[in-house]
Amino acid sequence: MRAVGVILAGGNSKRMKELSNKRAIAAMPVAGGFRSIDFTLSNMSNSHIQTVAVLTQYNSRSLNLHLNSSKWWDFGRKQGGLYVFNPTITAESSDWYKGTADALYQNLSFLKHSHEPYVVIASGDGIYKLDYNKVLEYHIEKKADITVVCKKMEDEEDVTRFGCLKINDEGRITDFEEKPIKSDSNTISCGIYVIRRRHLIELIEKCIEDDRYDFVQDILVRYKNLKRIYAYKMDGYWSNIASVDSYYKTNMDFLKPDVRHYFAEDPQIYTKIEDLPPAKYNPGSSVKNSLVASGCILNGTVENSLLFKDVYVGNNCVIKNSIVLNNVYIGDNTVLENCIVESRDVIRANSTYIGTPESIKIVVEKNDRYAV
Amino acid sequence: MIKKEMIAMLLAGGQGSRLGVLTKSVAKPAVAFGGKYSIIDFPLSNCINSGVDTVGVLTQYQPLRLNSHIGIGMPWDLDRNYGGVAVLPPHETSAGSDWYSGTANAIYQNLEYMEAYNPDYVLILSGDHIYKMDYEVMLDYHKASNADLTIATMPVPWEEASRFGLVITDETGRIKEFEEKPAEPHSNLASMGIYIFNWKILKEALIKLKDEPNCDFGKHVIPYIREHEGRIFAYEFNEYWKDVGTLGSYWQANMELVDIIPEFNLYEEYWKIYTKCENIKPQYLGPDSEVSRSIISEGCEIYGKVENSVIGAGVVIKEGAVVKDSIIMADTEIGEGTVVEKAIIAEKSVIGKNCVLGAFEYAESKLDKKVYQFDLVTIAEKTVIPDNVTIGKNTAIKGVTCAEDYPDGLLESGGYIMKEVEA
Repeated sequence: MRAVGVILAGGNSKRMKELSNKRAIAAMPVAGGFRSIDFTLSNMSNSHIQTVAVLTQYNSRSLNLHLNSSKWWDFGRKQGGLYVFNPTITAESSDWYKGTADALYQNLSFLKHSHEPYVVIASGDGIYKLDYNKVLEYHIEKKADITVVCKKMEDEEDVTRFGCLKINDEGRITDFEEKPIKSDSNTISCGIYVIRRRHLIELIEKCIEDDRYDFVQDILVRYKNLKRIYAYKMDGYWSNIASVDSYYKTNMDFLKPDVRHYFAEDPQIYTKIEDLPPAKYNPGSSVKNSLVASGCILNGTVENSLLFKDVYVGNNCVIKNSIVLNNVYIGDNTVLENCIVESRDVIRANSTYIGTPESIKIVVEKNDRYAV
Repeated sequence: MIKKEMIAMLLAGGQGSRLGVLTKSVAKPAVAFGGKYSIIDFPLSNCINSGVDTVGVLTQYQPLRLNSHIGIGMPWDLDRNYGGVAVLPPHETSAGSDWYSGTANAIYQNLEYMEAYNPDYVLILSGDHIYKMDYEVMLDYHKASNADLTIATMPVPWEEASRFGLVITDETGRIKEFEEKPAEPHSNLASMGIYIFNWKILKEALIKLKDEPNCDFGKHVIPYIREHEGRIFAYEFNEYWKDVGTLGSYWQANMELVDIIPEFNLYEEYWKIYTKCENIKPQYLGPDSEVSRSIISEGCEIYGKVENSVIGAGVVIKEGAVVKDSIIMADTEIGEGTVVEKAIIAEKSVIGKNCVLGAFEYAESKLDKKVYQFDLVTIAEKTVIPDNVTIGKNTAIKGVTCAEDYPDGLLESGGYIMKEVEA
């Protein structure tokens, strides 16, 4: 593909509560075996983008650990590669990334030294499958300056945490409101953009000159009448995980056969391989309508839940409507309902944690593993 | 030139004909084991975990799946700038072209490969055993004994000793005598087919014996070293080690993995077993699934009942199906209402609806009574079985079968059907 990829993975969201205390949102485990950024990285790899930069800032360590090798997404190449850019102190500046546009500005040399004519910019917290070649074709066909991938949400969905768009018959964006208090449009921006590389460099340089630092507010919204900004409508599944509710709902979506099979078919989503043994079901285990990742050992009851990698479920446990993240030990006779259990937790025997479907409980329990 | 202290040569060219239809189109080391693994993953993982990062894999019989499994060795961290894994098939030389005619002959034909690393020691492994072993500890023993050749051995029960090649040692561990499957054993230390040679001595022996027909380690190289007063020592290994050479032992070793605390534990944090992982999705268990005493690999979709079984990656077990005491390999599909008992079903097979596998009483196999004598239904890869058929015990099926192949919807115990496999 004639584009470089840029993944904006530096932000935090208060809506993630404790879940983003120690990790970047793009490093959130999703769907039993993946991390959020795997979806965008795999889409880029499957679209034959060869060079990808991941811009990180908030809790970047968790993400850097996941990106310790580029080979899982097939980016370990001489032609291209995967680059992780943290903010750095340079001769000119010792600032953090002050916004998405500033993050691009601080890495402008990467864009300037690239040769590909286009740039695909995407966020690291979207769960979707997309061939960016199709977006680029649309972008060229419409002679657009910027193309924004968008999605029409269900009518009852709360869209106020997204950018809301109005589009004319031709596909051009006529109105763009970022995180409106009330929106009269339910078409939202997915945070995926295609733009000509030289044009992006110009816009970013201009933006920083004016002391403006946000790509959405200061470029998309500000230029919407001046530039030809077009909307590419996405049909398939798309979900953003950057709030506890949507994170929970997105994971639970993978229990539905249509969503699960959509992501299972080619092109595949790739992730870091951890070489864990097959999941083991001991006598006494009863697992229904659940996803179980490798390395798990089960002795209890699990229903309508997701167990991520390397989870141990003790005897007589009952786990319902819950998400248990990686490497968790759950002692005997524990009851979990409507919970998200933080990774590396150790839950003592005979514990009970009950949330409600409206208010999912986040369980963070750091006990000593071998003394339980 | 960088020097490698010890390199490994892994013999993976054998067919393993006692695994019947399982090795019809793949070499034994490439046969699946323990759900997601292949047999060869165990010695390869042992190598990298022991710090041996240069491994030559000698292939001959049906190498296609082995080649694609090993690739450049990435899953085992054997993709190295210098060293790493190399697949070594027989090749033509200016002197002519020969197949590997014996274990030592295969190594002899790759002298140049070994020479390139200028090793002090060469580790000879075979690709058909299940075990976790630190070869570095064995090397330390080899050095401490000042040995020319160290043979890994393990104690076996005295009553079974006459089935093995045995060694008799003195109190220092030096081997005084060998006994090949003796009627009256004088030792219970069995050779495991794992050797560490001093490179110079191995090279000398291989060159001297190069014209020996079917040159073999046990029959030629070891006797040669003994005749020349070489110091041969036995390294005693006391942990889990299984030869999975027959359908019975292969089935048994798989079944042991589902024990609550298995003797061979894949769940320990250290000494990981690595494999090429094509399917990385979590597995899904449906609303009516019942699974107990089983291990299940990535990407499976289980809607039926699974008991006491080992299930490979991407297997689909549909509603109402029952799988018991069986090994189901990757990407196989078991149709609605089908009952599978004591079966080994290889990769990418499709079993129809409402079938019964493993019915009736035992009967002697009409195909090969030595290979098929363990009461198992053995089904080769990419086999198709139509709906509503009943298949007896001790049977073997290969290829795309249709209802006409089963008179009265039956394949009696001991029977077999061999048809073409669709590419």
